[in-house]
Amino acid sequence: MSESKHEWPLWEVFIRSRQGLGHKHAGSLHAADAQMAIQNARDVYTRRQEGVSIWVVPAEAITASSPDDKDVLFDPANDKVYRHPTFYKLPDEVNNM
Amino acid sequence: MSPVEMNLEARFDAYVAEEKKIEPKDWMPDAYRKTLIRQISQHAHSEIVGMLPEGNWISRAPSLKRKAILLAKVQDEAGHGLYLYSAAETLGVTRDQMLQDLHAGKAKYSSIFNYPTLTWADMGAVGWLVDGAAIMNQVPLCKCSYGPYARAMVRVCKEESFHQRQGFQVMLNLAQGTPEQKAMAQDALNRWWWPSLMMFGPSDADSPHSAQSMKWNIKRFSNDELRQRFVDMTVPQSELLGLTLPDPDLKWNEERGHYDFGAINWDEFYNVIKGNGPCNKERLGARVKAYEDGAWVRDAANAYATKEAARQKNANASTHAA
Ligand SMILES: [Fe+2]
Ligand SMILES: [Fe+2]
Repeated sequence: MSESKHEWPLWEVFIRSRQGLGHKHAGSLHAADAQMAIQNARDVYTRRQEGVSIWVVPAEAITASSPDDKDVLFDPANDKVYRHPTFYKLPDEVNNM
Repeated sequence: MSPVEMNLEARFDAYVAEEKKIEPKDWMPDAYRKTLIRQISQHAHSEIVGMLPEGNWISRAPSLKRKAILLAKVQDEAGHGLYLYSAAETLGVTRDQMLQDLHAGKAKYSSIFNYPTLTWADMGAVGWLVDGAAIMNQVPLCKCSYGPYARAMVRVCKEESFHQRQGFQVMLNLAQGTPEQKAMAQDALNRWWWPSLMMFGPSDADSPHSAQSMKWNIKRFSNDELRQRFVDMTVPQSELLGLTLPDPDLKWNEERGHYDFGAINWDEFYNVIKGNGPCNKERLGARVKAYEDGAWVRDAANAYATKEAARQKNANASTHAA
């Protein structure tokens, strides 16, 4: 069986479903270069008008936080309830402030 | 097991128990990872090999409308395969490895695709029954504990419903057509009914991975449960078509509130899985040929991308120099 030297790199695909919304991760695919990645993303992820704009990012260019750091990164926010509007009990007169 | 690992395992178990999703970088037991890689890659292979029996009729569809519909359906199946391959890759297996395993005959795919599509009516029966059974299997997977698999299945299920509906419509048109057309639809139903029931897999007692997969929330319902649901759903549809399901033992069981149906020929099932179905060699051969014939395209695209990147780099360097 003839073996390709190396498989096409992996790209992560982000799609804006309509104007006014942010790009959202849709999945990933393989492509030789960015232009092909856009074309493949169009065929794989937007066959039913799911998008008006596509971003493709080489998967290896993404730096992700580690699940092990989840507590360190996100727990400290847990006790800062004063960041939420409901923390402030105000007189009824201004309650829809 | 070290205390750290015990902690991780406890967190994993808690996540699964609380119906939280496991994501790619989360710790997971090796056996969970292996089970998912096996299941998701088999599922992906089934979508890809599943394009072949229907691809057989694209150039011979009876009208331009039917041709466009069939083309769109087969293209969807390619998409399903691609969503699933990338979901499997998040578990650390490469696309090349999965394809090699398929081409070497090491990986399985759904045995239903080793049956031939002999007449146009088979496009109706496949859409109605094979996609119908696939939907029955796939809907619960949308809630599977592994995030990327669950998300891929949500996309797949959204797209599947047109597959089943177009198939039913093909059957309906034939069933309401000339006596020859109706006979053709009945013949297709006769050939596809039992293999469709086999798609749910062996009975629970003989299904080696079922119990563990249930515990991990990968699987939600037993094979027999889903098969029964499929039968219950399909009987009234066949009546609507005016066609007869090829099972003399099929009858409503008042007490159970379900249809009873005849014994499945599991010897046939295992024989097809072992590679002795009517089209196993043809299907695998077609996949290997497509892969090998495409090798020069993959290489050329790689070479072009490398050259283009080098050209860009040079261009940037010379602008900075100037
Ligand atoms: Fe599919
Ligand atoms: Fe389908």
